[in-house]
Amino acid sequence: MSTAAKELNGWDVEKIRNDFPVLRQTVNGKPLVYLDSAASAQVPQVVIDRGSRYLQDEHSNIHRGVHYLSQKATTAFEGAREKVKRFINARESRECIFVRGCTEGINLVTHGYGRKFVGAGDEIIISAMEHHANIVPWQMLAEEKGAKIRVLPMDERGELQLDQLEVLITSRTKLICVMHVSNSLGTINPIKEICHIAHKQGVPVLVDGAQGAAHLSIDVQDLDCDFYIISGHKMYAPTGSGVVYGKAEWLEEMNPFMGGGDMIKTVTFEKSTYAALPNKFEAGTPAISSQIGLGAAIDYLNSIDREKAERYEAELLAYATAKLSAIEGVRLIGTAREKASVISFTVEGVHPHDIGTIFDNEGIAIRAGHHCAQPVMQFFKIPATARASFAFYNTKEEVDKLADAVQKVIEVFA
Amino acid sequence: MSELSDLYQQVILDHNKKPRNFKRLEDANRVADGHNPLCGDQLTVYMHLDENDVVRDVTFEGSGCAISKASASMMTQSIKGKTRSEAEALFTEFHKMVTSELDAETTPNNLGRLTIFAGVRDYPARVKCASLSWHTMHAALENKDSVSTE
Repeated sequence: MSTAAKELNGWDVEKIRNDFPVLRQTVNGKPLVYLDSAASAQVPQVVIDRGSRYLQDEHSNIHRGVHYLSQKATTAFEGAREKVKRFINARESRECIFVRGCTEGINLVTHGYGRKFVGAGDEIIISAMEHHANIVPWQMLAEEKGAKIRVLPMDERGELQLDQLEVLITSRTKLICVMHVSNSLGTINPIKEICHIAHKQGVPVLVDGAQGAAHLSIDVQDLDCDFYIISGHKMYAPTGSGVVYGKAEWLEEMNPFMGGGDMIKTVTFEKSTYAALPNKFEAGTPAISSQIGLGAAIDYLNSIDREKAERYEAELLAYATAKLSAIEGVRLIGTAREKASVISFTVEGVHPHDIGTIFDNEGIAIRAGHHCAQPVMQFFKIPATARASFAFYNTKEEVDKLADAVQKVIEVFA
Repeated sequence: MSELSDLYQQVILDHNKKPRNFKRLEDANRVADGHNPLCGDQLTVYMHLDENDVVRDVTFEGSGCAISKASASMMTQSIKGKTRSEAEALFTEFHKMVTSELDAETTPNNLGRLTIFAGVRDYPARVKCASLSWHTMHAALENKDSVSTE
């Protein structure tokens, strides 16, 4: 590691990389260059250790046993909820519902809010850059209820056309669904402004925070969003962890999602009554070790200087953008003015899957495909893109390897 | 892991750049769409199967990676003029080769030039790319209008 890289923005990337054991391996005889954190970010040792400690010393079911282990597991699980609450600055921890990831979280709101408040002829606005997880559940709901989906358009840079939002909102609009950071384009959307426009007309806003929580500091009270959904595995926690933040006034009014144990107050064969928040939305045994892992990932993020991490990622993005744009035949998809460290690109005459395979041969992991955002691909009239996504553990040298690999792709297909 | 050049052989790169029979077939009496929903690859196979069950002509259109495009291109060349059962037999052999069930070097077969796709077996994520056009051709023979590989 060169001194220059080490001192980049005062960020000691070598030290950070030591926290992530997976990064030490070689792939196809070459050091792993992991540029697919937007799909799943790697997990630091402290998170792995916390999960193992739970399994070794505390494993037991939560919220039901009077015995020692169950108490320990419950304390750890609810402790993770407290950490989430502080991490996103929710008013109360009961506004933080644990789910298995963003997809389940959005479906929770579709069922809980949508089935109760959306009727025939009502409208839901979703943005043109949404992930399938924030499109398909709403289409299923619209089909069931006879409601309509309206799309907030974007421009060629991959920025939402906010001036269209006020035009789209009508007296029938029941919800606006928008992602904080685009997984396919990198765009950071102006959530606070969107919420402001929506709330003037009394419309709530759901934010898909899958990519947002990994890159940005989240303050749900400042954003004033009504729902903010998080996937743990995008923010250095294990898969199977995630959060639905919802304003308590909505969560109280909403229908439960899944029925089962732990979400009830009383059950008879005639009728059941439901538990208070957050349990009302947490039927069945959750992914206890994963959610405790999410708490540990939050501790980890709090232990590093997140502002510096954000600046460092911005620096990597700028460096990679400059390097890739300089290569003839490379087209960047998504050139918004506010971007997180995600670069989607195409190479003229080469399909992204071939790019992915050639990269893999060089030990470089990227994502190739439509990124579960087929409407975005249709907008840019391309079948797929190659996507490199950077986390604060990536280095400038890895960006250089990325650019070299692009040259190699061009050579193979020349 | 084999060398990258085993996968991206010159013949494959050439068929990717200049796919053969890459057009709509106006007098097709069998048409099938192939889809790989995981990666978004899609292609259409047009076939004219005559009254004696002989593939008189076969073409394709669509978008996909180099492996899927070259495979489709060479598939059309290989089955043109073949009887239905010969085409089916070739499909079976090709499928076995890319999924490592058949070693084309040691087992007698009718694959001929198609053996250049043997390298795909070392890239499990790419097996679907190589076999999509064959599945679609098979669907056309069976008179099914679409097929999906995942």
